Amino acid sequence: MSVTKKFVYINRKAPYGTVYALESLEVVLIGAAFEQEVQLVFVDDGVYQLTKGQSTEGVGMKNFSKTYAALGDYDVNQIYVDEQSLKERGLSMDDLQALTYEDEDDDWAEKSSMQLVNREQLAALIGDADVLLNF
Amino acid sequence: MALEVNGKSYEVDEEGYLANLNEWNPEVAAALAASDDAELTESHWEVINFLREYYEEYQIAPAVRVLTKAIGKRLGKDKGNSKYLYELFPYGPAKQACKYAGLPKPTGCV
Amino acid sequence: MSTLHTVNKSPFERNSLDTCLSLAGNGSTVLLIEDGVAGALKNTTATQSISDAMGKGVKFAVLGEDLSARGLPADRIIDGISVVDYTGFVQLAADHDNVQSWL
Repeated sequence: MSVTKKFVYINRKAPYGTVYALESLEVVLIGAAFEQEVQLVFVDDGVYQLTKGQSTEGVGMKNFSKTYAALGDYDVNQIYVDEQSLKERGLSMDDLQALTYEDEDDDWAEKSSMQLVNREQLAALIGDADVLLNF
Repeated sequence: MALEVNGKSYEVDEEGYLANLNEWNPEVAAALAASDDAELTESHWEVINFLREYYEEYQIAPAVRVLTKAIGKRLGKDKGNSKYLYELFPYGPAKQACKYAGLPKPTGCV
Repeated sequence: MSTLHTVNKSPFERNSLDTCLSLAGNGSTVLLIEDGVAGALKNTTATQSISDAMGKGVKFAVLGEDLSARGLPADRIIDGISVVDYTGFVQLAADHDNVQSWL
């Protein structure tokens, strides 16, 4: 099978309170082995997954927010954050980790993987997907 | 199951992976290797140390593809290929090297 | 009778906080825990309803451990919400006549 499909992962849950965020991240990492086009969308409470400075010692859970920084190594570098969701939650892009990747075709220059999108852009993204996965 | 090293007992799972990664030390790594009849050379240690640093930073063991690319970048092109890594770790670089590094089996390890 | 209400669901995903606030009266305390801590931040769509409830005499607290886990800065929570730790949680439970958990 050499046809590349566009996989869009929609992340809508906060981390730690439920297992969705961690499950999604694991599926993304496993799925990366199949070398398909992958886009991650963070919308609604999903935006909380990317906040910087997460510290889980007090709740006794693994801090998997550090793992998002490895996504670039897995060639997952199209990460879309819904602007409206941030705003509703009193957050901005400055509150999120700056996720990057190294562009193999540009002498390994470090580039941002993150894009802020509005609802219109988000709708287009979803409309363009071959496979939609929801968490 | 348990692994005995210098009179101390370390819990391991049924495949021999260390249960608690904080208990890891170089002697444990050598003992884990010895139970596979393997001996750790300087070249093995380069990979094991890399894996431990990667885990510390990202909280995951990298997939083979990611490991290969990163080793190539860190240690040079002649080492960043699966031939080199499979010679060092014939049971599979990610699986076997992670075991000696005291890390859980890589996510999506096939 | 005083009641401690705990809310562990995000106000942006469930209506637990809304229902809780419509029933919590003067003398009760609302403690935000787990995903519920999201409501404690300033300038969100939940801020107004929390301010309104404060105006009715409802007290608010938020579990610091859950804020930290989610990377939400304690210096940006709504004025008047106190940050408590697990010991403070137990103390609140002891200080009220009963505990209502909005699951």
